[in-house]
Amino acid sequence: MLTALPTDTRLGELWPDIWQATGETLLMVALTMLIGGTLGLILGLGLYLTRKGGLYENVIVSFVLNVLVNFFRPIPFIIFIAAVQPAARLIVGTGIGTPAVVFSLVLAAMFGIARIVEQNLVSVPPGVIEAARAMGATRARIAATVVVPEAMAPVILGYTFAFVAVVDMSAVAGLIAGGGLGSFAQTFGYRQYDPAVTWVCVLILVALVQVIQLLGNTLSARILRR
Amino acid sequence: MTHPGTGAVPLVRLRDVTKTYPAAKGRNEVNAVVDVDLDIAAGDVQAIVGYSGAGKSTLVRLLNGLEPATSGSIQVGGTELVGLRERQLRPIRLGIGMIFQQFNLLESRTVWGNLAYPLQIAGVDKAEQQRRISELLHFVGLPDKAHTYPRNLSGGQKQRVGIARALTTNPSLLLADEATSALDPETTHEVLRLLKRVNEEFGTTIVAITHEMEVVRELADHVAVMESGRIVESGPVYDVFSAPRQPVTRRFVGTVVDDEPSTDALAALRSRHPGRFVKVELREGGPRQTDIFAVLLERGIAFELVFGGIEEIQGATFGNLTLSLDGPATSVDEAVRELAALVPAKEL
Repeated sequence: MLTALPTDTRLGELWPDIWQATGETLLMVALTMLIGGTLGLILGLGLYLTRKGGLYENVIVSFVLNVLVNFFRPIPFIIFIAAVQPAARLIVGTGIGTPAVVFSLVLAAMFGIARIVEQNLVSVPPGVIEAARAMGATRARIAATVVVPEAMAPVILGYTFAFVAVVDMSAVAGLIAGGGLGSFAQTFGYRQYDPAVTWVCVLILVALVQVIQLLGNTLSARILRR
Repeated sequence: MTHPGTGAVPLVRLRDVTKTYPAAKGRNEVNAVVDVDLDIAAGDVQAIVGYSGAGKSTLVRLLNGLEPATSGSIQVGGTELVGLRERQLRPIRLGIGMIFQQFNLLESRTVWGNLAYPLQIAGVDKAEQQRRISELLHFVGLPDKAHTYPRNLSGGQKQRVGIARALTTNPSLLLADEATSALDPETTHEVLRLLKRVNEEFGTTIVAITHEMEVVRELADHVAVMESGRIVESGPVYDVFSAPRQPVTRRFVGTVVDDEPSTDALAALRSRHPGRFVKVELREGGPRQTDIFAVLLERGIAFELVFGGIEEIQGATFGNLTLSLDGPATSVDEAVRELAALVPAKEL
């Protein structure tokens, strides 16, 4: 790699743009995790609570939610972003640019996170839920004060996993003229035959993922230790 | 100690209680509890024993409505539970504590947080919560563990927290579902002593599900034996231990009390003792050992104890003694007849 580094790179003059692209990536990912993470938590709780034996067991709702999640989740993001473009125009007012990218990311993240949340909530021992019922707790109280807190450590690890996946997905933003490091690397690195730019973007993304993973692990471990 | 309310209207009254789980994919209909009648007096400790699958776990969950009964009547403190909705059951559950084999503590909360949980549900104010939790932590001997998370407690400590948590709302009834089955013998003993104190100091009625007769012996006043969803035998612990009637009861009692030697044990004993074997049963208030031995001594019969012993249950004693008798055949015949007239006796 080092031997292949060209000497005519524009890296030096592009630094300000790289930092701006880094900021855009951070913004897209943060917004996605905030909105998509919240919606995913709600949808995941819905999946968990309505499943067979759940606190709000409901065959029909459970079926509908599962079909919905299973329909959207397998779509590759590069196709997903194009498929939901009309919906983006309707809801965020534009089919291109960062807002449209965030819209697509939020949707995709929501369905993925919903499954992650559901899988981790299932790990809460049924005995603990039964104990809360025996104490006279309502179902809503059990969901909020037993199920979610008891599953918090693995849920945080799940969100960390989702975070990294969203960073990955955000790189496709360039397809609809969104910003961020992914688009930047494609435009100024790959298409301009400037591998130095590409690799700087890659290293920043790697560093970003490392920091997120470290934060997630630390937070989860702190909760688990108690 | 005498329990207030004993003999009055029972705290728990079950009539023709049946719980049937409907058939499902790959599973036939299950009759978990069948036609159960049971009265439990206020202040009593009622044990329910049975092998796994006998229905005892389901039965105890009918008492706080965690499982709805299919038919029959379940009254707790005069309130009929059968037919009530979850919403109507909730306030009743505040007056019924429950402890579990796996403790079921909230891992995300400290010991203090676990004890506060039922009080928060009951809507008790902060100051009262504080007072109650501190009082109970002292009662169960864990005042220094208030800010510890459950994962850092031993099994015995976890169960003591479980007991404290179940008592926070001052329940009149405490349900114990295999509360000591996950604990070692020493810890089991500690937890049973604590439950005994709960019963004696607070007058809390306890229903204890178990498959360990040691638990029954150490804790209970009354015992009911379950098999295939039915209560096949029940009564005061002394009566059931000293005179078990059903085969399943005999097997359970046999785990803690020697009745008579098994066929194998009998063969081994015969090879070592030449005499004739007679089993005599001694009961509280009946003839004493000295009366038995006097009959044998009178006739010059040599005897030795080869199996059995004296048991004490709730301050009353009973014994099943297998004696080997040596002497002239006619004298032994006479002695056996006379013993049989005195106490339940039979030649083995």
